[in-house]
Amino acid sequence: MPSALSAVFFIGFHGIAFAMVLYLISVGLSVTMGMMGFVNLAHGVFAMAGGYVMTRLMNQQGAPLPLALAAATVVVAVASLPIERVLYRRLYGGDELDQVLLTMGLVFMSGAAAQYLCGPLQQPLRLPPGLNGGVRLGFGEVPAYDALLIVCGAGLVTGLWLGIERSRFGAKIRAAVDNLRMAQSLGIDTSRLFSLTFALGSGLAALGGGLGASLITITPGYALDNLVYFLIVVAIGGLGNIRGPFLAALLVGIADSACKYWIPQFGAFFIYAMTMAILLWRPRGLFGRA
Amino acid sequence: MARKFLGSTAAALAAAALAVSPAKLVAQTVKIGIINSYSGFAAQPADQMRKGIDLYVKEHEKDLPAGVKIELVKRDDTAKPDVGKRLAQELIARDQVNLLAGVILSPVAAAVAPLTAEAKVPLVDTNAAGAAIPRLSPYLVRVSFTLWQEGYPIGKWAAQQGWKTAYTAVSDFIPGHDAEAAFIKGFTDGGGKIVGSDRFPPTNPDFTPFIQRVKDARPDVAFLWVPAGQQATAIMKAAKNLGLHEAGINITSTQDLLPDEELPNMGDIALGLVTSGNYSADAKRPANAAFLAGWKSAYGHKAIPDFFSVDGWDGMAMIFDLIKATKGNFSADQAMAFFKIWKTPDSPRGPIAIDPATRDIVQNIYIRRVEKIDGKLADVEIQTIPMVKDPWKELNPPK
Repeated sequence: MPSALSAVFFIGFHGIAFAMVLYLISVGLSVTMGMMGFVNLAHGVFAMAGGYVMTRLMNQQGAPLPLALAAATVVVAVASLPIERVLYRRLYGGDELDQVLLTMGLVFMSGAAAQYLCGPLQQPLRLPPGLNGGVRLGFGEVPAYDALLIVCGAGLVTGLWLGIERSRFGAKIRAAVDNLRMAQSLGIDTSRLFSLTFALGSGLAALGGGLGASLITITPGYALDNLVYFLIVVAIGGLGNIRGPFLAALLVGIADSACKYWIPQFGAFFIYAMTMAILLWRPRGLFGRA
Repeated sequence: MARKFLGSTAAALAAAALAVSPAKLVAQTVKIGIINSYSGFAAQPADQMRKGIDLYVKEHEKDLPAGVKIELVKRDDTAKPDVGKRLAQELIARDQVNLLAGVILSPVAAAVAPLTAEAKVPLVDTNAAGAAIPRLSPYLVRVSFTLWQEGYPIGKWAAQQGWKTAYTAVSDFIPGHDAEAAFIKGFTDGGGKIVGSDRFPPTNPDFTPFIQRVKDARPDVAFLWVPAGQQATAIMKAAKNLGLHEAGINITSTQDLLPDEELPNMGDIALGLVTSGNYSADAKRPANAAFLAGWKSAYGHKAIPDFFSVDGWDGMAMIFDLIKATKGNFSADQAMAFFKIWKTPDSPRGPIAIDPATRDIVQNIYIRRVEKIDGKLADVEIQTIPMVKDPWKELNPPK
């Protein structure tokens, strides 16, 4: 048996890689829920769409991975704008049940549309040769793609945090999350802000869906099958902030890996138990506001 | 309300049971209720099975006796046993089908089976592979396979390779348990030792930690089983990323791990892998060549059939033979009597027969190795174990 140290190393490494994917997909959900008070259960649809656009571009047009990923992000972010205008906008500040019904409907429709357009099979992901297999690092060998995920994820998270903390656009978002009416009365065009934030969140989800396609495979059932993971990240992290979900994603990713490795017979249950425990302790999540 | 519904359902079932009695034998349209998992996590195998069923009907509809038509009433169980049971009730009571066929998942088959006995409507199981399923109803016949049929021989084969230790990791539901038990029995009968056994949830996005666990145990061979389809590629990808092969660990499984249509998605990690199965699209039999030609002309040159397709095809072949023999007039008991002794020498998978004692399939099991032929991966048959009966039923005689 290998040393406990190398097992811990593997779990930490793979858990962080999984966490990066979860975070990219979920962070937009946290912000839109916190800022617009909108329960967007269809958020995973944008991640799925990103995955489909990326794999299709790679498989049918022979596009290289970075280009396909960038295209998927832009396409989904732009496409989310009219969806926000036409569908979501009507229900801002409305009844939560209506929001849930609308977005669950979108989940089912998108799944059926994906199956109709691309078939029930999962989308094959052919990575460049260097990204298959493992790389040797410190305590042992880790999957090369995990390493890429961590590097990209860390870069994106840093960029996102700096953007939200330092830019004018970020300041407006923070202001709107903190106190929507005050932000409006200060002359911030919240309508435009909502659209842009929504597109940003959708684009990030598409990026996460594309980057994470080798961990969370792209199938018509994507948005529904993985919804619970995304919601757990948001629930543990707390609504309306971007750091909470990061910590939550790390917690979920690492706990999930650790459990599957050490106690596989409980593999799928542990994160639910953990979520319940955390929410009993802090009903608004680790970073939620009272 | 619930009681009233139950009451009316029971009445409807009773009516349906009567309806299949000789009074109805003049009917010249044979109605077949198809229960399949068109959506949900088994949508991919369901699509393969649907194509096999439809192709048989399309190619052979013209051979039906004059004046006899068949009508397929297709229903989607969405991979859920309770939905499958409700659909079976509706098909029997409202649509008054003469036969039921299909069923991808064993839990769905287990939910539907008791109804077939109550209402006396035969079910032709074209996939659900849980070993005990035919025992759940005397009106159930299976043309697909059992995991014991495939898992036991590959266990023995693995032991013959000189591999001493094995680790099993399977999906945690009926067929996974069967595959695990069958492989363990075959491997230990052959003198091997099991060093670990894990089960993971049937819908599971990320296999890497499970595979790392297998890797760290350093067995000679890892028996990995997931339901065929997208999970097969996902688990093979995890095995590749973690370098299982480079660590000197052999991988084996039943055909579910390497379904023919997923091979192109897996790439070279699958190369050299040996699995057991009842069908390979690469098989060189004339019946398979004819089947493949029909398949390509119906579904396009890139489409690849797999064992789900062939099991659906053979189920319809058996039903068509019944209709031809009876000119479409049969009772449930006559149908079952016919099915129990049905056999054909030229299924695309070779000779097959129904075992009259168990109503389960008897067929060749092939040991296949993945090889590259004309730049494409294929499951090449390297060894044939002729006419295998389900070992589980022999080890566990009915009480």
